Amino acid sequence: MSLTETQVLIIGAGGAGTSAALHLAQRNIPCVLLERGLVGGQASGVNYGGVRQQGRHPAELPIARRAMTLWQRLTEIVGTDAEFTVSGHLKLARTLEEEAELVAYLDVAREHDLPLRLVGRNALHEDYPWLGPKVIAGSLAPEDGAANPRLLVPALARAARDAGADIRENTRARALRFDGEMFEVETEYGLYRARWLLNTAGFWGGAVAEAFGESVPVSPLNPNMMVTEPMRYFIQPNLGVVGGNVYLRQIPRGNIIIGGGYGVSDPAVPWSRPRADETRAAMALAAELVPEIAGACVIRSWSGIDGQMPDHIPVIGPSRTTPCLLHAFGFSGHGFQLGPAIGAILSELVADGHTDVPLEAFDIARWTGPAERPDHP
Amino acid sequence: MRTIVVGAGPAGVRAVEQLVTAGLRPVWIDEAPDGGGRIYQRPPLGLTRDHRQLYGMEAGRARAVHDTLDALKSRTDWRPNTLVWHIDPHNRTLETLCAGQQATLTYDNAILCTGAMDRVIPLPGWTRPGVTTLGGAQIALKAQGCAIGQHVALVGTGPLLWLLAYQYLKNGARPVAVIDTTSFAHKARHAAALLPGGTVFWKGLWYMAAVRAAGTPVFEGARPVAITGSGDEVKAITFKTASGATRQITCDAVALGWGLKPEAQLADLAGVPFHFDEPQHNWVPEKDATGRTKVPAIYLAGDGAGIAGADAAEMAGARAALALLEDAGRTVPGPLTATLDGALARLSGFRATLERAFPFPADLARAMPDDTLVCRCEAISAGDLRAVGGRPATGAAPELNRAKAFTRLGMGRCQGRVCGPAGAEILATALGRDVAAIGRLRGQPPVKPVPLASATVQEAAE
Repeated sequence: MSLTETQVLIIGAGGAGTSAALHLAQRNIPCVLLERGLVGGQASGVNYGGVRQQGRHPAELPIARRAMTLWQRLTEIVGTDAEFTVSGHLKLARTLEEEAELVAYLDVAREHDLPLRLVGRNALHEDYPWLGPKVIAGSLAPEDGAANPRLLVPALARAARDAGADIRENTRARALRFDGEMFEVETEYGLYRARWLLNTAGFWGGAVAEAFGESVPVSPLNPNMMVTEPMRYFIQPNLGVVGGNVYLRQIPRGNIIIGGGYGVSDPAVPWSRPRADETRAAMALAAELVPEIAGACVIRSWSGIDGQMPDHIPVIGPSRTTPCLLHAFGFSGHGFQLGPAIGAILSELVADGHTDVPLEAFDIARWTGPAERPDHP
Repeated sequence: MRTIVVGAGPAGVRAVEQLVTAGLRPVWIDEAPDGGGRIYQRPPLGLTRDHRQLYGMEAGRARAVHDTLDALKSRTDWRPNTLVWHIDPHNRTLETLCAGQQATLTYDNAILCTGAMDRVIPLPGWTRPGVTTLGGAQIALKAQGCAIGQHVALVGTGPLLWLLAYQYLKNGARPVAVIDTTSFAHKARHAAALLPGGTVFWKGLWYMAAVRAAGTPVFEGARPVAITGSGDEVKAITFKTASGATRQITCDAVALGWGLKPEAQLADLAGVPFHFDEPQHNWVPEKDATGRTKVPAIYLAGDGAGIAGADAAEMAGARAALALLEDAGRTVPGPLTATLDGALARLSGFRATLERAFPFPADLARAMPDDTLVCRCEAISAGDLRAVGGRPATGAAPELNRAKAFTRLGMGRCQGRVCGPAGAEILATALGRDVAAIGRLRGQPPVKPVPLASATVQEAAE
């Protein structure tokens, strides 16, 4: 069995893993990224494509703010903008309770310098005359937008390779060990040894953590996604609702991408598929939000596999059992925007031993209990 | 036991016939208003042409299928004009759409007889109005009694090319050219091996002879180059003859097609494994000789499970129904089963030879000019697709679904049903790999477009 030694071994080539490989390679730190399928094959590649800060858990906002600076320089970093468009994100309320939530979030946004503007009923229907009558208020995040998830991760991977990272696709980590000094990962194609291990394996990050004695309640999350045939381009902002049971955006070529509800999956295969009843529910909710699209046809629907945490925020940061093991998984359906920053943060933890972004809220200890923190160099 | 048969072409009709004979009352779903499949597509009410005029030498078979269909309707839960847009093999449900109404149907067993469609190789100019497929032109003739133009050129290869030329002649519309990409010598080489095909073979020979005898300009071993025209009109077809000379023939409509491909999306969504069948040069769902698949309760029959023709489809439909009945613990007539098994085995050998006699000209797709549209739904050119085999910002696409993700090929209304085969050839060449090695476009629901508005008018499941 062939042996590959490197400084940093990364498991999982989604947005977090590929951006980690890119940032490490840019700092001339040797790394190997192992991916069971193709890069960006699951949640990072098949998600809705929302590049959104509005509505995030307050703990995520510093990461989201940092990510936005990378999104704004994406072409410079990876050679393509991955169709990133600053269209604004308009979060809508359909009841008074939902409106109250929009108002309450304004304080959170202010604390994190996130520009946000509440739009009352009259102004909302004046500015967006195509909104359905059930919508009573909105909150616009002008910096937010959307991108093409099918392009981002492959582009990050290519840039990482160009910078010197070694990315091995179709290479599944079968067994993971730590011998007190080095990590050892066994694959069908050989053995990999490294000083550091980064766990960016999405839903499968749970199994990686488990291999080092850290059991976390991560479950598969399968977004129920669909797209319509193209129609006249008129929906400029990326639309969401309080509660998140439907979200939709139109791309300039006219197709409308709609998400809502959850599909089904078998992560062992891996295999995922949308559910017909959830698809229908999302179709009805979308048509209620923007009645004009009711006549459009859905031409395709799909799903993927992400990791869902019970508190809907990821695990990010050092392991509590194993030195030089860093986790970043369980993004609970909203990691796409964060991805580029996660790699930067992980590379700082490896190379500098610290990062300026506060990570306390994402500590794995919230699930595994306050074990003694091992010494990370 | 609730059994659902999807499709009312030759395979579906014969499957339902066996189920009804065994005392079942299956749910029977078809997209067309009155069944018959593509091959025996029925004319709309009021069209007065008889079976002989509409179906030629196949009139007897067409009438038999139609008569059986009509006799069976009242003995089934007959649901015409109904699209099955999804199947969930774990919960055993089908999602249907009929006149804007959705319904979820549960099943214990399902026989999928979903038929076939034309296989197209895009040419420069193929998106011009006036260009259609051979199958489309034949349906216009069968269902509407009309030709696609005054001066029609037929391009492609396969039995349908010659059958359509013959049918046009019989209807007084002599094609201005029959351009067959297979050479006469190649077909002749396979003639001896086709002899066991019996009447199918002799009918084929008769069509070819009749087309020639009528003085139709025939070009074999030719290569179409472009369909030219102005505005919305087709003016001519340009091609290279077998000797390499460039010819242009004036025409006002073109029908093209290179054999058929299975409409196997439901089998795909049901989780039936696929394999690349070399003689057919198609991805086909796997089934055994009886129509059983690896997916419990899913049976396949007819061209949707690999192209074998209408006669074989009738037998395969009956056989799949018998397999289903056997699996359900019913006693089935042994002699009938044995007869069908024997006949199907003989036909499958004949079919493979027929496919070899009219090979898919992969080189034609592979050599498509860079500026030709491959995917007309998303306006993706051959050059766009080739570029993802190189070094774009995303890195190269190692297989077809990645190329789809990067370029949008196959992401439009048809979901790659039209552009898939040619797109695969182009990408395979760009990657320097065999076409079977780059995979096939993954099936995703809905099988065909479903309107958003239909979500709000749900019909309770039966």
